[in-house]
Amino acid sequence: MSMMLRGLMGACAMTALAVPALAETLTIATVNNGDMIRMQKMTKPFTDANPDIELEWVTLEENVLRQRVTTDIATKGGQYDIVTVGNYEVPIWAKQGWLTALDDMGEDYDAADILPPIAEGLSLDGKLYAAPFYGESAMIMYRTDLMEKAGLEMPERPTWDFVYDAARKMTDKENEVYGICLRGKAGWGENMAFLTSMGASYGAPWFDMEWKPQFSGEAWKKALTDYVAIMTEAGPPGASSNGFNENLALFQTGKCGMWIDATVAASFVSNPEDSTVADKVGYALAPEGEKPQMWLWAWTLAVPSSTDAPEAAKKFVAWATSKAYTEQVAAAEGWANVPPGTRTSLYENPEYQQAAPFAKPTLDSIMSADLKNPTTVEVPYIGTQWVGIPEFQALGTAVGQQFSAALAGQASVDQALQMAQQISEREMAKAGYPK
Amino acid sequence: MARKISNTSRWGFTILAWGVALLIFFPILWTILTSFKSEADAIASPPKFLFFDWTTQNYAEVQSRSPYFRHFMNSVIISVGSTLLGLLIAVPAAWSMAFQPARRTKDLLMWMLSTKMMPAAGVLIPMYLLFRSWGLLDTRLGITVVLMLINLPIIVWMLYTYFREIPSEILEAARMDGASLKNEIVHVLTPMAVPGIASTLLLNVILAWNEAFWTLNLTTSRAAPLTTFIASYSSPEGLFYAKLSAASTMAIAPILILGWFSQKQLVRGLTFGAVK
Amino acid sequence: MATRHQNTLARLMVAPSVLLLLAWMIVPLGMTLWFSFQSYNLLSPGMERFIGWTNYQYFLSDPAFWTAMANTLLLVGGVLVITVGGGILLALLLDQPMFGQGIVRILVIAPFFIMPTVSALVWKNMFMNPVNGLFAWIAKAMGAQPIDFLAQYPLMSIILIVSWQWLPFATLILLTALQSLDSEQMEAAEMDGAGALSKFIHLVLPHLSRAITVVILIETIFLLSVFAEILVTTNGGPGYQSTNLTYLVYSQALLQFDVGGASAGGIIAVILANIVAIFLMRMIGKTLE
Repeated sequence: MSMMLRGLMGACAMTALAVPALAETLTIATVNNGDMIRMQKMTKPFTDANPDIELEWVTLEENVLRQRVTTDIATKGGQYDIVTVGNYEVPIWAKQGWLTALDDMGEDYDAADILPPIAEGLSLDGKLYAAPFYGESAMIMYRTDLMEKAGLEMPERPTWDFVYDAARKMTDKENEVYGICLRGKAGWGENMAFLTSMGASYGAPWFDMEWKPQFSGEAWKKALTDYVAIMTEAGPPGASSNGFNENLALFQTGKCGMWIDATVAASFVSNPEDSTVADKVGYALAPEGEKPQMWLWAWTLAVPSSTDAPEAAKKFVAWATSKAYTEQVAAAEGWANVPPGTRTSLYENPEYQQAAPFAKPTLDSIMSADLKNPTTVEVPYIGTQWVGIPEFQALGTAVGQQFSAALAGQASVDQALQMAQQISEREMAKAGYPK
Repeated sequence: MARKISNTSRWGFTILAWGVALLIFFPILWTILTSFKSEADAIASPPKFLFFDWTTQNYAEVQSRSPYFRHFMNSVIISVGSTLLGLLIAVPAAWSMAFQPARRTKDLLMWMLSTKMMPAAGVLIPMYLLFRSWGLLDTRLGITVVLMLINLPIIVWMLYTYFREIPSEILEAARMDGASLKNEIVHVLTPMAVPGIASTLLLNVILAWNEAFWTLNLTTSRAAPLTTFIASYSSPEGLFYAKLSAASTMAIAPILILGWFSQKQLVRGLTFGAVK
Repeated sequence: MATRHQNTLARLMVAPSVLLLLAWMIVPLGMTLWFSFQSYNLLSPGMERFIGWTNYQYFLSDPAFWTAMANTLLLVGGVLVITVGGGILLALLLDQPMFGQGIVRILVIAPFFIMPTVSALVWKNMFMNPVNGLFAWIAKAMGAQPIDFLAQYPLMSIILIVSWQWLPFATLILLTALQSLDSEQMEAAEMDGAGALSKFIHLVLPHLSRAITVVILIETIFLLSVFAEILVTTNGGPGYQSTNLTYLVYSQALLQFDVGGASAGGIIAVILANIVAIFLMRMIGKTLE
């Protein structure tokens, strides 16, 4: 019996050897951002070079993506071979052993070329656990024509007061021009990304060293009051439902005077195919309060440890985040459209500097972001526009709902902060902090 | 017809009814129109109703991002499959509930319906864990069974109300004639039950086609139906109204057409025996 | 003898669906019940432990809980009022003689076939968006300030969207019921000189009562678990203003990945659903016997 079985298995092994290896399918979960959708269309060189690998795309909206991917990875469902995750998740997930270390990415990969602040945030014990696809910081994008009309000149890094003043002067509600567009849609990756970093710049952290929530402090009160005031006065209608993409659409259609958001937006607002104001966009560093506003985000490709095709997956990740991919995009769509913010070499490339007027402010913003010291006081967490604890997704979204309500005028600033404090205390107590 | 209807009032009702109907239908019409616009025309102010450059470019763009046909086929297989499977289980149950009611039949029915009110999100993680251990994640079989279970209460109940309207004297007469159970079912019951079964089938295909929680969470790519197809358009990327409209039109068109063709049949079943 | 045989057979025939539903209820429900007493967060594996009623305490004392309860009732109630009220009016209108009745009916039934996700996306972006939406354009054309529906009237907007989807359903059932109304009775009433209103109250409404009950029952089952419309449009906000119970459970389960808390929420929702079911059963029992 067992002889026969062995014989059968041997025969199977023989057949397996005899026929060429069957195509391996890589299921890639990704977010529906412009750069990712572009990548999806440009994989021909990769599939040509690797005919035995088939690519299967699952493109989802950010929140749905995060929910699907986290469920699958945490339960070890093994549905995805490559996932798109942010630099917020990477250290947390790596610590849980959910991600494969990416330490052997091939000779051409040149991991040392990755911008140090980005690489640092994606590593655990000196090993890279995710490869950055694009990186971003925050900056101000503004309409040069409207700024001129308002009789102002944008400094390299303005103060918050300058920004508020300019926003008021640029606003022309009759003609649907709103001085400032900021995120208002509730979500830890939406309005709370902006407000966490804005708060930090005002000297308002999420927690003190004992993990005690700080929303009852004066600094938060000032930050939120200013935010609600300027958005009411000079923001677009419906701001409390606007996230990154909504604001992008508004800016592209000429309805925003200024927009403080991720640097990655620069290549979209300056692309004449999509943007009606492409030739009138200026860039400045994010505003300064007690401290400059800091922001560091990277969409990265990671390989879950539950994948059954780790080698093929790594091969794809290496290709998609390589210099060669950058060059391929540059050849097809121009240098201004390559995924930004990940490699030093890109910012040293004269062609890129020429094609992308936003290159320097982007690099400066990224390099000035300090994940460990986001605000004026010492904090027990890492992160500039997020807080690097697993509970932050939920907490950030719950607090974001309150701040969104304040923006919509459904609650006062004081009420919102009080609720935020209460919610945070509850959640932290439930999660067992201080740990 | 004893009541006389003046031409004026007929015209009055016609205009009023058409107005209301067009108003109700307008969002769908607008979506279809927008799907043929360029992105710039889609947000033009004032809006362009008919006079714009018609283009099918959005459909090409949407198709290039995800394979519509595969999602479409998955939707068809999952919705039809879960309905047929459901009918297979529900027909005998409803039949015996209608003709051999026990004391607790009503309670049993209500309990079945109440399972439909269970919030899906609360049991997602347990289900996901089960699906993982059984290897059912991203399989058509897995999602078909789940959708069948979700709609089973409705199927049983619809059939039950239908069967109850079949006069039991006919069955008794058949029995007196010495018809076997098989004959009873095949020759007497089935012809009378077919309209009810048909409309149950239609309604459940529609419900399964539109189910967007389990399909989104338990499938990934190979088994993913049209609800996943639309999920990648649920947040804007720059200007996206026209693309959203094209994807929406593609997702709803098949079921809309099916619904229209079968609406007479469907309405009969929808009444759940409420109309005597 | 034959009866006993048939009874057994009847049991056997009911058995598959009952057993399946029982499994469907009990396996996930059992697991949910088990998890609801655990401290279990997907994001911190290896920390699972028994914590008694803590999850229930947290869920019930959540500031969002009572708001969510109220919103759930408002949502179900609001949609029921609009669809039943609107459905009766529409059914009366469609019952009148007119040209092209078939096409009118096709147009009216259409929203019922639309995926909830799609209809929410379309309403949110192409109609209610305060900058590019059609409503904003209408407001501007009339010289008014565009209304930001989803921020200012979030629950009302969702009620509107959901009502649009369910109005056709109500209309068609009521229309079918109306068409079965005995026209001789109507004529008799007319002979007696009854006015339109009194005819409606004394004749039409009682005739429709059964159909109305059915509409209420079916819609309640689906409306208690409205979810996609909220997820797509408001994410339950601003604040908790459009969070219903289903959405609250969802946010625990899939935003916080707090399996324990979500399980407790799920159990509470099941209990509430059963209370509603008992209530409905009483109501239905009376009308449908």
